[in-house]
Amino acid sequence: MAEARQDKVVRVASGQGFWGDWLEAPRRQVEGGPVDYLMLDYLAEVTMSILQKQKERDPRMGYARDFIGAMESVFPAVAERGVKVIANAGGVNPTACADAVLDAASRHGVRGKVRIGVVTGDDILGRLDTLLADGHELRNMDTGEPLAAVRDRVLSANAYIGSTPIVEALQRGANVVVTGRSTDTSLTMAPLRHEFGWAEDDWNALAAGIVAGHILECGAQCSGGNCLHDWRNIPDLANVGYPIAEARPDGSFVITKHPGTGGRVNVPSVTEQLVYEMGDPHAYITPDVVADFTSIRLAADGENRVRVHGITGTHPTPFLKVSIAYRAGFKAVGSLVYAWPDAMEKAQLADRVLRERLDRLGLRFDQVLSEFVGATSTHGPLAGDGQDAPEVQYRIGVRGGDRAAVERFTREIAPLVLNGPPSVTGFAGGRPKVEEIVAYWPALLDKRAVSTAVTIVE
Amino acid sequence: MKVRLLDIAHARSGDKGDTANVGLIALRPEWYAVLDRHVTRDAVSKHFDGQITGDVVRFELPNLHALNFLLHGALDGGGTLSLKTDAQGKVYSTALLRLIVDVPDAEAVDLGLPAAP
Repeated sequence: MAEARQDKVVRVASGQGFWGDWLEAPRRQVEGGPVDYLMLDYLAEVTMSILQKQKERDPRMGYARDFIGAMESVFPAVAERGVKVIANAGGVNPTACADAVLDAASRHGVRGKVRIGVVTGDDILGRLDTLLADGHELRNMDTGEPLAAVRDRVLSANAYIGSTPIVEALQRGANVVVTGRSTDTSLTMAPLRHEFGWAEDDWNALAAGIVAGHILECGAQCSGGNCLHDWRNIPDLANVGYPIAEARPDGSFVITKHPGTGGRVNVPSVTEQLVYEMGDPHAYITPDVVADFTSIRLAADGENRVRVHGITGTHPTPFLKVSIAYRAGFKAVGSLVYAWPDAMEKAQLADRVLRERLDRLGLRFDQVLSEFVGATSTHGPLAGDGQDAPEVQYRIGVRGGDRAAVERFTREIAPLVLNGPPSVTGFAGGRPKVEEIVAYWPALLDKRAVSTAVTIVE
Repeated sequence: MKVRLLDIAHARSGDKGDTANVGLIALRPEWYAVLDRHVTRDAVSKHFDGQITGDVVRFELPNLHALNFLLHGALDGGGTLSLKTDAQGKVYSTALLRLIVDVPDAEAVDLGLPAAP
């Protein structure tokens, strides 16, 4: 590919930081000013297992359905103004997701103007036993246990794939790219690779794309949302602007937002997002490159503009991270509210009473956790002893492998209203629900065991 | 002089499995040296004593005037296993900002550090 002109600028806008993020954001990003790409991140670690369950019930399901509404809200920009959309909304069924987008395009009269690149290959659930038989142990990265320990309880298994298949889809003329379990950062890096023709071993440029992706992947969390620094003075959060990366071929970029929007982009807001969910800053590992976050330089570049540059990276590892979801027992959490006077003391007595009753019933759990919300639930003893709190929410949860025991626990909370300590309220929600726990098993897999494919549909 | 981190730094925290991370960022570039010298791994470990079951690891990011702490065993198993209100470790950030460090008077005066209330 020809080298891009050094003054070329590509604008990637973030329109969704997780499944459940602001429905208004995608449309606002394509209507508020010029953007070239709209990036939408839908997948959290346990989302895949929820989608897998949906697909088992209905083979046309298994993707992030919010994405269809988002596409409908941006069709005019995609069809008339050439904005391209990249989303990992495909979940465990990217093909069905693409079909649903095409159906929506037909309903909106833009069917001929939508060309979708569907990325598959991340889903390894069907190949799991073959992989294990071939000697891929898929040991838990945190505990070292081999997957065999929970194999019979696995619900979904997906490799985190990188930018290469997304770049291929764009090169084949897709204006919408739908993937399954792509890394969040690759959704931003891929269009930059495509536009600037970065070589697949241009580690510094690729690392810059990853850093841009990390800043954008949580939506407004870099543009004033959840920003602790000077939070009182962050203007107009009701109208918050989601972030945009204005990237250049040399790997530098500016983080900004549309004019007239609320929120704030400055060095502190971007720094807070850079350190979010950070591990070893020297080695931010992705399938394409390992980025060094200690190389990042930030500089104010005018109002609501931060220039990011100087980023370096090195070659990636021979592994892909794999996200496996498995059934891990049951849990339930219930709560009651105790009022002044002596709210904390009453809540603590309720806790002793309830635990004694659980013991007498002979119920056994892997964990019983009590918290006193309004006093010590988030900061523990660092917050003091809670004795002067005007009201305290007593919150107790249990988890264990025996569903019946967890179910029995849920019946023990409401009785405290009449047969426990006084000044109690807040039980209107009724008996807590028993939830099946779908837990997350992170593992590494040899890259050579995963091959991706791109299909164009229109 | 006693200095409270809330008055000289801001922070954001998040999760990876059962580990919470806290990024601690100096409010002024020149205050990064105070964080680097006084917010040691041991100080943070002691601060969260009894609240986390694993080790504390510290990384330095002088380019961002920030430190990154990993608090292992901070989230009751983490993710969907956790029964905690703060299962994703979102507010370990402000819990760390409660930490009060002892800074030599000369250094504190020189850097214009606010005294802990």
